[in-house]
Amino acid sequence: MTIDQYLFALFALLTCGGAISVVICQNVVRMAFSLIISLASISALFFLLSADFVGATQLMVYVGGTIVLLIFGVMLTSSSALLQIRTSPAEGFLAAGIGVLFLSVFSFTVWSVDWDRNQAKLAGVTAVDVPPQGYNEASSGNTVRPLAMSFVGLRPDKAGKAPGYLLPFEIVSVHLLVVLIGAAYLARTKRRVSAES
Amino acid sequence: MDAIGLNNVLAIGAVLFVCGVICMTTKRNGIGVLMGVELVLNGANLNFVAFARYSSMGLDGHVISLFVIVLAAAEAAVALAIALNFYNNHLTIDVDRGDELRG
Repeated sequence: MTIDQYLFALFALLTCGGAISVVICQNVVRMAFSLIISLASISALFFLLSADFVGATQLMVYVGGTIVLLIFGVMLTSSSALLQIRTSPAEGFLAAGIGVLFLSVFSFTVWSVDWDRNQAKLAGVTAVDVPPQGYNEASSGNTVRPLAMSFVGLRPDKAGKAPGYLLPFEIVSVHLLVVLIGAAYLARTKRRVSAES
Repeated sequence: MDAIGLNNVLAIGAVLFVCGVICMTTKRNGIGVLMGVELVLNGANLNFVAFARYSSMGLDGHVISLFVIVLAAAEAAVALAIALNFYNNHLTIDVDRGDELRG
């Protein structure tokens, strides 16, 4: 086994263990901590898959932003310390059974597809066989420049034959502005209306 | 190329998705439901990045996973504001108590 495989096995175990302990824990603060472990390990998996910019964004936005937001939510909504709202054991067993069935369906589906043959067939139909340049070991860590160029609408990696992402980028930026205003409007403290006014 | 393998990454994505769905359906804490949503989105993200690495999807998978991360952050902000409003009205975060619209 190479070092890549050892690291992949370690971070895969951490990811799955964190996700399972999010499901199992009843205390919401422990759930948040398990979620931090799981999301940080997912960003390590992104780095192992040579998606360096996506991994860095995952670390900054998810682990640094979204989780902090969730922990603030936990703090602002817990009426007592160590808040626990338990689900009944029957519901837990039912959910575990359904989850095992779900997971077995997904695993069977994933392992029964021959991806290489699929890829060859796709290349034969579309007559475009672009090797994933820049995302393999030979030139790993080279994704920032193509990503930035695709966000302003240029696609040098596909020789200009594929569309860029300028319009979705603009839509997402307007969406973020709307979400900012909407969240501030929803979360503001309402002024209490007295009966006589 | 075959140091990790596509199927292993897809299996991890499947585990994350199933854990997120179970978390969304069984947790009675509203913040726990939000954590389940985050797990599901991360499973989808992992699949996108894996296909970007092991197929000719290339850059598109990275771009889509970046959009997913940004939209998940926006969703968390709005859902947290809704959860705070729910807590202000009901003085609890138990989602089973929010049944006034039941027909």
